[in-house]
Amino acid sequence: MTTTPAASRSRLDPEPVPRRDWLGLSSLWAAAGALLFGVTGMLKLPKAAVLASPSKKFKVTLPESLAAGEAFVPPGRAVAIYKDAQGVYAVSSICTHLGCVVKPNAEGFECPCHGSRFAANGEVTKGPAPRPLPWLKVTVAGGAITVDEATTVPQGTKVA
Amino acid sequence: MVPTEEKDALREFAASLKSVPTRVLETAFRTGTPNTDRSRSTFVFGNVFLHLHSVRTHRWSLRWTTTMGLGIMSVSAFLIALVTGVLLMFYYKPYPEAAYQSIKDIHFVVPTGRLIRNLHRWSANIMVIAVILHMARAFYTAAYRRPREYNWLIGIGLLVVTLGLSFTGYLLPWDQLAYWAITIGANIAQSPREVTDALNLTDYFDPGGMQRLLLLGSDQVGAEALIRFHLLHVMILPLAIAALMGVHFWRIRKDGGMVRPADADALLTARPAESVTPVFNEAPVKTYQLAAIVRGRSAAVGRGQENTVPSMPHLFYAELGVLMVTLLACLALSLYSDAPLKELANPSIPENPAKAPWYFLGLQEMVSFSAFMGGVGIPAIVLIGLALIPYLDRETEGTGKWFGGPGGWPLVRFSALLGLGVPIILEAAVIRFGWLREWFPHIPQLIITAINPGTILTLIYALFSMWCIRRYQSTRAGALALFTCFLAGFIVLTIIGTYFRGPNWVFYWSPSDWPKH
Ligand code: HEM
Ligand code: FES
Repeated sequence: MTTTPAASRSRLDPEPVPRRDWLGLSSLWAAAGALLFGVTGMLKLPKAAVLASPSKKFKVTLPESLAAGEAFVPPGRAVAIYKDAQGVYAVSSICTHLGCVVKPNAEGFECPCHGSRFAANGEVTKGPAPRPLPWLKVTVAGGAITVDEATTVPQGTKVA
Repeated sequence: MVPTEEKDALREFAASLKSVPTRVLETAFRTGTPNTDRSRSTFVFGNVFLHLHSVRTHRWSLRWTTTMGLGIMSVSAFLIALVTGVLLMFYYKPYPEAAYQSIKDIHFVVPTGRLIRNLHRWSANIMVIAVILHMARAFYTAAYRRPREYNWLIGIGLLVVTLGLSFTGYLLPWDQLAYWAITIGANIAQSPREVTDALNLTDYFDPGGMQRLLLLGSDQVGAEALIRFHLLHVMILPLAIAALMGVHFWRIRKDGGMVRPADADALLTARPAESVTPVFNEAPVKTYQLAAIVRGRSAAVGRGQENTVPSMPHLFYAELGVLMVTLLACLALSLYSDAPLKELANPSIPENPAKAPWYFLGLQEMVSFSAFMGGVGIPAIVLIGLALIPYLDRETEGTGKWFGGPGGWPLVRFSALLGLGVPIILEAAVIRFGWLREWFPHIPQLIITAINPGTILTLIYALFSMWCIRRYQSTRAGALALFTCFLAGFIVLTIIGTYFRGPNWVFYWSPSDWPKH
């Protein structure tokens, strides 16, 4: 009598996978793969396509009495606007360290949260802030001044 | 005869009615009064809540110095926070402004609202303290060693989720304190940008910005952020912590109960076993064998096995005691001091000083030198270091003993002094002489980001720990030194951040010196 393959195998060898199990397993893996694919797509859910934040552009009128180099902070905005002989410019007053609102003072700006100091042009002079305060895009059309908080411009850009 | 039968049935009915309370109790507990070893056992494994415990508990586990009840205290504080939190949800509205008003209502209008709110705050604080102390206990008794390595990891997960619960809860009142603490927190999450910015990578690879965006759901702390924090706080994190706790407790049993020294039995026989075993009823009514489950007769009958005692009542009464003490502490603190509520959040004027909850103030102290290293880098190093402990220390000396292992208590005492001294000296020097940017105004940002006083502190601690490993020829000695140093450093920085930092994060000896305006 010839030995069947089953009989010649050691009982420690793994059983060969029967066809039916193979089909079952591969469909299981296919389903798992599809699920993974779908879930990966859904990972985008917490990242909104459009951010729910108020408009970054706003119009201001500077008070007549504003002296050169004196900051004007529109209510509710974290921006300091200046006007001098060369024109109008705006410096963001959100601290580049951890996002507190800095206060304009005689030398420039100071941050209440961890004591960062900035020069009038936005450069860091003291403290943990990693970057200078960015200058923001200003457009002057007729008498109206528009500031765009979402667009930064190189330091020193003044608009007449 | 019909009338007598009727009369009997009625009498039976009356008798049944009378015995309803007893019967309900009997059917609830099924196995009768737990007054013998056998019924005490069935009392435990016949109850879905109790059977997380084993039926018998080793006497070593019941010495109060073994655990100091700190794990149970953490659970108790969580349960108090859970119950009071659910009650708060009846009135809390997770929308800006409405949130603030609803907390105000809870505080000033809702009957007992203030007490519930205070209890929630205080239990949250106690939970954080208990979890940290519990971890220290597990560390100092070397309870993380084989086979408990994995449960130590679960414990680290529990610590992280506990801190996450507090952090997310802190925003909910939507007052100035909350708003600015979360603004700072979210920007710490964004601080990997300090590194990517310095390397000019941010446009291509911005993990910091991504983290902040996911946390806030927007580019500022607003309604989206509040909804996210609320969801995390009342759903996701409580569920996560409950799941982790389940695994934690289950592993305690599977890992053989509390850790105990190899010679625990020898140490215990100093006291006769009999003096602790009987509580309700000295003599078992019947005689049972091992584990008090199998009926029969043997020489061991009537005596605890291997120095164990029935969990009911010895363990359960101890646990109940800790729960009561925790509840009492929360109540006393709640009656004594109210949870704070500042003005409504104002995005254009930062609270000054803007302080996070106290257990994050050590971090905030480091963050005030550079955000990335202080807020992300060093905490990550500490967490990874904690997680590695059980896999690096594979020694056996001193398991189950306080400060067990080479070096022992003298090493811990010395490390504590060093761990307290170095940050105090470092902070004093920095407060007196300033930090990098004051000395070298044009220093590259990457250096400021990387070299935080915290970095130097970590390096000194690490070197000392290495030295201990060599000196004692033992990883455990190094771990004892390092853990103690970090614990001490955490305490020093937290105290400085809490009591000695005022407006503009300037050092003040006391809040009474703060400038008024
Ligand atoms: C499942 C359990 C919990 C639920 C359902 C819950 C629910 C709530 C709710 C609705 C609030 C807002 C009301 C308020 O601010 O007073 C809140 C606040 C808070 N929660 Fe929880 N919470 C739970 C657990 C925790 C835990 C475990 C901690 C800390 C370890 C914690 C820490 C806080 C903190 C610090 C606040 C701010 C409290 C205040 O301002 O009074 N919570 N929680
Ligand atoms: S947020 Fe301005 S110094 Fe930290």
